[in-house]
Amino acid sequence: MGPTKLEPATTLAELQESKPDRVTIVVLSGDFDRVMAAFIIATGAAAMGMQVTMFFTFWGLNVIRREGATSGAKDLLRRMFGFLNKGGAGRLPLSRFHFGGLGTSMMKRVMNQNRMPGIAELRETAQDLGVKFIACTTTMGLMGVTKDTLIEGVDQLAGVSTYLAEARQGSVNLFI
Amino acid sequence: MIRSDVKLDTLGYFCPMPIIMTSKKIKELTLGQVLEVVSDDEGIKKDMPAWCETTGHEMVGLEEESKDDSRIYKAFVKKSK
Repeated sequence: MGPTKLEPATTLAELQESKPDRVTIVVLSGDFDRVMAAFIIATGAAAMGMQVTMFFTFWGLNVIRREGATSGAKDLLRRMFGFLNKGGAGRLPLSRFHFGGLGTSMMKRVMNQNRMPGIAELRETAQDLGVKFIACTTTMGLMGVTKDTLIEGVDQLAGVSTYLAEARQGSVNLFI
Repeated sequence: MIRSDVKLDTLGYFCPMPIIMTSKKIKELTLGQVLEVVSDDEGIKKDMPAWCETTGHEMVGLEEESKDDSRIYKAFVKKSK
């Protein structure tokens, strides 16, 4: 049997309707500026009607951890690591000019004065717009991040196959 | 002068906020109505047509005016789907 004939105009429209562009963003970094860029792209894409998935791994996990969350791990090493690596969107340092927190707080003040949304607000906007959040289980284990220390609304805990299954359908796949 | 049905003030907001606010606001309009997005972010000149092209709404036009020292941009978007 040959290919089914369809009205070209309606097919394209229906195709776009049923298959919106997909965007995946891997957030490995826990740097304030990089995470901000990730959320700006994610919220922008969602506002353009695209389907967006964000995968948080390594330092990026701090973005979706509760404010000040430490490690819930049992062993000493990971607990110590969790103590040094506290979670929370409000704690992310700038990749440059952090200066022990001084540079970052100055940047936040400037942003505030200019009515620019911070990381927590952008994260909330992303969730409002239906951006899907996935936390990487491997790095959660490695870094002693437990499920109960994550924020509300993390859609899935998953691994590389889930990422690839999404990314192969994505027209925009970013690694930040 | 382009006529609009609904006005959206995004003055003082930077990218991506004007686009996000537009995508929320457009849902409140009925088909064929025109939304006027007022912004002082120059990026909107390129961003709004791009948003329209991707989402399938019609970019009716863009007006620019000077207010004090700053430029104000008015993007007109017709709800088309």
